[in-house]
Amino acid sequence: MMGTAVFYLVAVVGVVSALVAVSHKNPVVNVLSLVVTLFCIAVSYALLGAEFLAAAQILVYAGAILVLFLFVVMLLGAPEEPPVGERRPFQRVAGLALAGIAAAGSIAVLAGIRVAAPAGAAQGTAEALGRLLVGPYLFAFEFISVLLLAAMVGALMLVKRKH
Amino acid sequence: MWAEIAVSAVKVAVIAGTVLTLVAVMEWVERRGAAFIQDRLGPNRVGPLGLFQPIVDAVKLLFKEDLTPANVNRGLYLLAPMISVSVALLTFIVIPFGAGKDITVFGVPLGGIEVAPDLGVGVLFLLAIGSLGVYGIVLAGWSSNNKYSLLGGLRSSAQLISYELSMTLAVLGVLLATGSLRLDAVVARQGGQFWLGVIPQWNVVPQILGCIVFVVAVFAETNRLPFDLAEAETELVAGYHVEYSSMKFAAFLMSEYMNMVTASALIVTLFFGGWTFPGMGRFSGWPLLALSLVAFGIKLAFFLWLFVWVRWSLPRFRYDQLMRLGWKGLLPLATLNLVWVGVAMAMGWIR
Amino acid sequence: MTVPTTHFVIFAALLFAIGAAGVLVRRSGISILLGIELMLNAANLALVAFGRQHGQLDAQVFVFFVMAVAAAEVAVGLALLVAIFRKQRSIDVDRLNVMRW
Repeated sequence: MMGTAVFYLVAVVGVVSALVAVSHKNPVVNVLSLVVTLFCIAVSYALLGAEFLAAAQILVYAGAILVLFLFVVMLLGAPEEPPVGERRPFQRVAGLALAGIAAAGSIAVLAGIRVAAPAGAAQGTAEALGRLLVGPYLFAFEFISVLLLAAMVGALMLVKRKH
Repeated sequence: MWAEIAVSAVKVAVIAGTVLTLVAVMEWVERRGAAFIQDRLGPNRVGPLGLFQPIVDAVKLLFKEDLTPANVNRGLYLLAPMISVSVALLTFIVIPFGAGKDITVFGVPLGGIEVAPDLGVGVLFLLAIGSLGVYGIVLAGWSSNNKYSLLGGLRSSAQLISYELSMTLAVLGVLLATGSLRLDAVVARQGGQFWLGVIPQWNVVPQILGCIVFVVAVFAETNRLPFDLAEAETELVAGYHVEYSSMKFAAFLMSEYMNMVTASALIVTLFFGGWTFPGMGRFSGWPLLALSLVAFGIKLAFFLWLFVWVRWSLPRFRYDQLMRLGWKGLLPLATLNLVWVGVAMAMGWIR
Repeated sequence: MTVPTTHFVIFAALLFAIGAAGVLVRRSGISILLGIELMLNAANLALVAFGRQHGQLDAQVFVFFVMAVAAAEVAVGLALLVAIFRKQRSIDVDRLNVMRW
């Protein structure tokens, strides 16, 4: 019904904008189309009962990571790809063929599978996720924060100008 | 089913209408307030005290020539103001403007003066959608094909990300004290009880640090002076909206004012008790609803005035000062506030 | 009537393939990073769909971690791109053919 219709709409929009995101020449359009795709994924999360992840997806990806992309694109003056003459035709054909095979193969396999209806309605509320995060996954949680710190220091070192 | 849809539709119409009217009123308050602070008269020709000035301005903007410069990236140029307005219109659906939990209309529970009272992620939704607002400004700056616009957009993207961190951390302090993401729970926790019999238990008292950080951060998020580096008319002409005219320019202006209303409502809700007021235990039903709206309106008006007051009192920050304040000033303070709330809750100093 | 898990996974598979095509075909560093982001997100979506199939929340915790790792990856990746751009005035990955400069 309602949710089903929303999913198929979102899936079509997501796939189309993903295609634009990887194929358009203009890097700003690439980033923006990816925002649309990630938004569609967030809606899918909401339909799957993962409401916290849906909000986090928009907050983290659309609100921070892709803004960073846009910032860098604009900082570098929206660089475009080199002209067609310089491109490597074999690389294009092989890459597209491989991706096509992967897509067709996985759809062929998945379409043949019949699974039971989803087990339970495990609602991904902030409270439920929080209990898991600081319970069984506490070590991984702390480890991620160390990773983020390391990434921050690394990024700073990379872009620091030598005086 | 239909009754529920009708009640929701009326609620949306009333709230959106009120916010849009507030935008017009704020335009008048801004111009009169500026004049008052600068010892001038301000617009006083149209209607009593110049109150009809916003209508005249709106008509003027509507009928101005809507020109699109030749070398802009057309699609993105048109999209940018739409993004700004849509984001500004979406953000206030989770804010509870008044009481009304116990009221039913035509057999349908009203659920408070709030568009989406059942949204479990509550304030997270507001932060997530609000974080999309930067795209409007950045795209306007980039697609205009103008170096001043580009500089404005570039500045604003870095500024908004930086201040969003401190803002979110400040909100986290309140959420930690509440134990819920929903704004009506935040309001309910602050209402009806007092410290020492006189001080209402608003979040601002234990979390004064978080409140200050939040207020400063939302000034940056709404691109208002002293943080309006994205438009900075003395250096960047008009920044990201240099190439916009007529209604598209008005769209940016309107979204700035709508963001101001949302930001003030959020400050009131998170730190100043929302629609609660002393002595509200004696009322229920419709009288409580009416009084709560008045209480919310008074608090809201104060913070809206604060926006105007600050704009015409403080000079603009330099870009490096802005970044230093955000990363070295507000972020540590917000973290300190969060640690303090955690410790205080664990020790039982605050409930 | 809920959407079957396979449809979510097919959606995810399509996005993954598109992202992989972007990484393989494009030559600007930014586009390659965008393709990687798309692939990570596709994997996340599949994880959440499988998690619902089994009625468990653990998958969502993994997705949360993947988001954090992706944020770290983007920060370092974009910093690398900026550093490369300063040296080479280009972010074409084909030009990255020297070991030191």
